[in-house]
Amino acid sequence: MTPSLLYAFAGVLLCSLGLFGFIRLAHLLRKLLAFNLMGSGVFLVMVGLAQRDGEPDPVPQALVLTGIVVAIAATALAVVLIRRYYHLSGQATLAGPAATQHGTAKPVVRAEDRS
Amino acid sequence: MTPWLMAGLLFTPLAWAVLTLLVNFNRGRLISWLGILVQVVVSLGLWAAVAGDGGFHYQLGGWPAPLGIELRVDGLAVTFVLLTALVAAACGWHASIYLDPAKAWHRYFWPLFWFLWAGLNGVWLGGDLFNLYVGLELISLSAVGLVALGGESAALRAAIRYLMAALLGSLAYLLGVALIYGQFGSLSIAGVSRLLGEAGTAPGQTLPLLLMLFGLTLKTALFPMHGWLPPAHGIARSPVSALLSALVVKASFYIAARIWLDLGGYLGSYGLAQLIGGLGAIAVIWGSWRALWQAKLKQVVAYSSVAQIGYLFLLFPLTWGVAEPVSLQAQQGITLQIISHALAKAAMFLAAGNLIMSVGSNRVDALAGVSRFLPFSLFSFGLAGVSLMGLPPSGGFAAKWLLLQSSLASGQWWWLPVLLAGGLLSAAYVFRVYRASFMERAGTDRFFHPSRSLEVIPMILALLSLGLGLVAGPVLSVMVLPFGEGGGQ
Repeated sequence: MTPSLLYAFAGVLLCSLGLFGFIRLAHLLRKLLAFNLMGSGVFLVMVGLAQRDGEPDPVPQALVLTGIVVAIAATALAVVLIRRYYHLSGQATLAGPAATQHGTAKPVVRAEDRS
Repeated sequence: MTPWLMAGLLFTPLAWAVLTLLVNFNRGRLISWLGILVQVVVSLGLWAAVAGDGGFHYQLGGWPAPLGIELRVDGLAVTFVLLTALVAAACGWHASIYLDPAKAWHRYFWPLFWFLWAGLNGVWLGGDLFNLYVGLELISLSAVGLVALGGESAALRAAIRYLMAALLGSLAYLLGVALIYGQFGSLSIAGVSRLLGEAGTAPGQTLPLLLMLFGLTLKTALFPMHGWLPPAHGIARSPVSALLSALVVKASFYIAARIWLDLGGYLGSYGLAQLIGGLGAIAVIWGSWRALWQAKLKQVVAYSSVAQIGYLFLLFPLTWGVAEPVSLQAQQGITLQIISHALAKAAMFLAAGNLIMSVGSNRVDALAGVSRFLPFSLFSFGLAGVSLMGLPPSGGFAAKWLLLQSSLASGQWWWLPVLLAGGLLSAAYVFRVYRASFMERAGTDRFFHPSRSLEVIPMILALLSLGLGLVAGPVLSVMVLPFGEGGGQ
């Protein structure tokens, strides 16, 4: 087993851990963290698998850089949405559609959060 | 000429996205009208260029692949570019009147709208797996932002749900791309297909294909992964729902179809093709059945999208291991289905938005009496419904006729009942809306009358969808145009 293959296997492991968390965790921020863990796993696979004869390949490095930018954008959007959703509905999970649709959940907006 | 058209096509949406970010809704509207005009002209020009001289490859900024971005501009791609220009122009025009400028956050509509358009153009023209990923992410993130534009907690809920599904889908796709690159050292779909043709397949190579198809079908909302679509499309503002249903879900399907047609022959199997087709068939029945029982008007239309997307996945069984002409017929049927559904569903969502605006409630039973008051919008809704049902001479009829013929020619008769039942069920849910709006209700009616142009836009789209069946021949002849001899550089 070459070191680069080790990276790829570590990536697969990270990816599975992240997937498990993404499906099982209910709290939206934890889901988001799990998504980022999965993303790191995918990037490791991408860089690890593409090393040919010990020579690093520049293309996947460029791809991973682009991928990281995309992941940051997605994470930022998700954080903004989750924060706003929490302020409006008082919930940090997606469970219980009935409670939010009929507006029974109490919004917990503090003054300093209304920026 | 073509370099200018390409530059206009790819550069203006991004430039307009940044420009409109800087100004308020009303200024953004003026700037966007100009941008929409530019985009429509450029898309028409590009379509005419390809229809005349055939397709070409275009290297962005003169940089060759793999570091540069190589775009494949063929007949199918320009057909979808033109479709995008038509539908997005209509939705942008509708939104510029429909959205309330007094709500401060509505000004973000324009930047998101332009980013979405940029991503769509990128996906139609993209030739390598990674740039398709970037285009897809651009589309997903702006689409999620557009859903959240509603502002209330239910809209955010739907947006977050949509975002989570989209993120999972794109990571699965990206993992597939990573495995493909690790195996072949190439990202271009055509390159990987060539390498597979030379070297043959090895065991384990199906995994990347499965991962990519899983990610893309999740983003296209194939049954049983459609759970995120009805809430997101149902709760978004009407022009946004129209954009999402007409174009956004088609982008991920388009990538899946391109991958399947180029790599599926090597990596796919009969079982996989039948499985995906079967899920599509269940989506047709289940989506239409659920649409029949929805209490809210826009949920009816959203579930109808789930059903209509199901038809698209019949492409997979109808192109695997069949004769070349049969496969081509199926591809043409699916292309027509994409175009006619895009036009009809955009018309339907915009008309539904007008009806909801008029009666002030999003429930189907609240429509009572609206037939006398808003016959024009209701008529557009019905015309779009005719195309969804697949009655002649609509585009939906031509699409289903081609699919029917290719099912029979390939001996896969079991798709016939699906095509028939889907049409009957669509008729049922469209007539249910009609029945509700022709009911008379006691008491005074209090209807709000939307502006005249809001009513004209869905009518134009519905008529286009209806007339598509009559011009299907010319449209399809551009779609199959091969690449010209090194043109365009």
